[in-house]
Amino acid sequence: MSKKTSLEMEVKDLDLWYDTKQALKKVNMPVYKNKITAIIGPSGCGKSTLLRCMNRMNDIIDKCRIEGEILFDDKNVYRKNYDVVELRKRVGMVFQKPNPFPKSIYENIAYAPRIHGIKKKKSLDGIVQQCLKDAFIWEEVHDRMESSAMGLSGGQQQRLCIARALSIEPDIILMDEPCSALDPIATAKIEDLMRVLVKDYTVVIVTHNMQQAARVSDYTAYMYLGELIEFGETEQIFENPQEELTEKYITGRFG
Amino acid sequence: MLLKRTVKEDVIKFFFFMLAAVSIFIVFFVIYFLFSESLPAFQEYGFSIFESEWSVPREVYKIGAALFGTAIVTIGAMIIAIPLGLLVGIFLSEIAPFHIRTILKPVIELLAGIPSIVYGFLGATLLVQYLQPSFDLLKGISLFAGSLVLGIMALPIIISISDDALKAVPRDLKEASLALGATKWETIKKITFPSAISGVSAAIIMGMGRAVGETMAVSLVVGNIMQIPVPPFDIFESGSTLTSIIALEMGEATGIQTYSLFACGVILFIIVGTMSVTSNLLKERVEKKYKGG
Ligand SMILES: Nc1ncnc2c1ncn2[C@@H]1O[C@H](COP(=O)(O)OP(=O)(O)O)[C@@H](O)[C@H]1O
Ligand SMILES: [Mg+2]
Repeated sequence: MSKKTSLEMEVKDLDLWYDTKQALKKVNMPVYKNKITAIIGPSGCGKSTLLRCMNRMNDIIDKCRIEGEILFDDKNVYRKNYDVVELRKRVGMVFQKPNPFPKSIYENIAYAPRIHGIKKKKSLDGIVQQCLKDAFIWEEVHDRMESSAMGLSGGQQQRLCIARALSIEPDIILMDEPCSALDPIATAKIEDLMRVLVKDYTVVIVTHNMQQAARVSDYTAYMYLGELIEFGETEQIFENPQEELTEKYITGRFG
Repeated sequence: MLLKRTVKEDVIKFFFFMLAAVSIFIVFFVIYFLFSESLPAFQEYGFSIFESEWSVPREVYKIGAALFGTAIVTIGAMIIAIPLGLLVGIFLSEIAPFHIRTILKPVIELLAGIPSIVYGFLGATLLVQYLQPSFDLLKGISLFAGSLVLGIMALPIIISISDDALKAVPRDLKEASLALGATKWETIKKITFPSAISGVSAAIIMGMGRAVGETMAVSLVVGNIMQIPVPPFDIFESGSTLTSIIALEMGEATGIQTYSLFACGVILFIIVGTMSVTSNLLKERVEKKYKGG
């Protein structure tokens, strides 16, 4: 934590209900620029829910109600008339299960730039190549750009999905347990990739794997039953937790 | 013990093999019967069987008018049912709020299950009576009325099956698209709909199949006159279809007339068979493209 840190996004007093069930309770959390923030906690504690608030993916869920603020560029993303499309262009997302489109490898990456108005083949070619290189998958796919993305291995698919998320040139990349469906080798590749990406992007990762959080993240947030129990630098959280609940969890006494 | 079990399995296997063999035999028998009974008509007329002349007094039975009628009525029905059906299917699966969907979906499935004679009856009474004065027609009975009735009948099938196909597209694909900043409409157009294309084509072909093969409803509203209108695309004229001519004349047909009616059956068989093969090929091709490998 050498370089100075500045705020990229800030969650303030966020409450969220699925119908009548409250899934987030007065959550406050900073997201620092060019850092990896890990959200850990037992299953069902609201990690994915919190992450999906950051690009407003919960909007598409019926009967989901949200109070509180998320500040991004000093603007509350939940205020009226906030441009959700613009937000999602700046906050990319990688999902738990690799979910490439059933299209060619090329089309997977070119999809978003096309939608956002880039038509020229040359420009698209350039973006596709750059994103695939940035996601460390270019070497493996450059000679089969037109074949279906569904033919790739799980780990390759997930790196393709990361490349796809890069194609919108986001400021933040959200990752929801991106390695939970992958074997250890593919996991290691993605963890390495995260450390490289964080030089240019801000990364928020949800994981139920504490070792992973300890290995890759700069900051860690521990959640329990919809509340954010403790937030701090990763070293501090793992070596000197201030809250009893956090200590219990990281020492493996429950969860 | 072990021996007993394998014997039991063999018996069961044999039983199912016999069932399969019997059904295949029946299918081949029907096809053989259809073709052999129509053969004399094809021998008599050759290719001129596709001309339009059907006359009991002159004893000429060429099926061109019926084939024309089936084609026109089916095309008309599809022009009505495909765009409307797909739009409603998309609305139902992707846009409609939950409570509207829960009401609409069963209603549409119910409509698909209504016996065709009911549609024909409604068509003959309501539609035809309305068409007559509003289009200043001698008779409301026409190929156009047939198109309308068939279009309405095909609609619930196309809606229901395309809705199922769209609903089957994994949610995480839609989420991936939305998370990239695509709008709901862009996501439907570029991800959901293309991913469901095999099911959607199946929906269209099922709808067409119903239109081509439908008999009762059509025979009540098309007029059943074996003629090609002049000019041919005057769809407000009466006509006939392959199905309605069989239904109406098979009872009293003799000699070459019977063979010609069987020829109508053969043509129907070929049309519907081609459609079903096409839909399967389409599905396979799409699956290969999307499921990778
Ligand atoms: N779409 C939803 N509708 C209703 N309840 C949900 C929905 N998604 C999640 N929940 C509930 O909200 C709580 C938090 O879920 P989630 O954020 O997925 O937890 P985590 O990612 O930490 O495992 C859980 O109790 C879960 O059952
Ligand atoms: Mg989760």
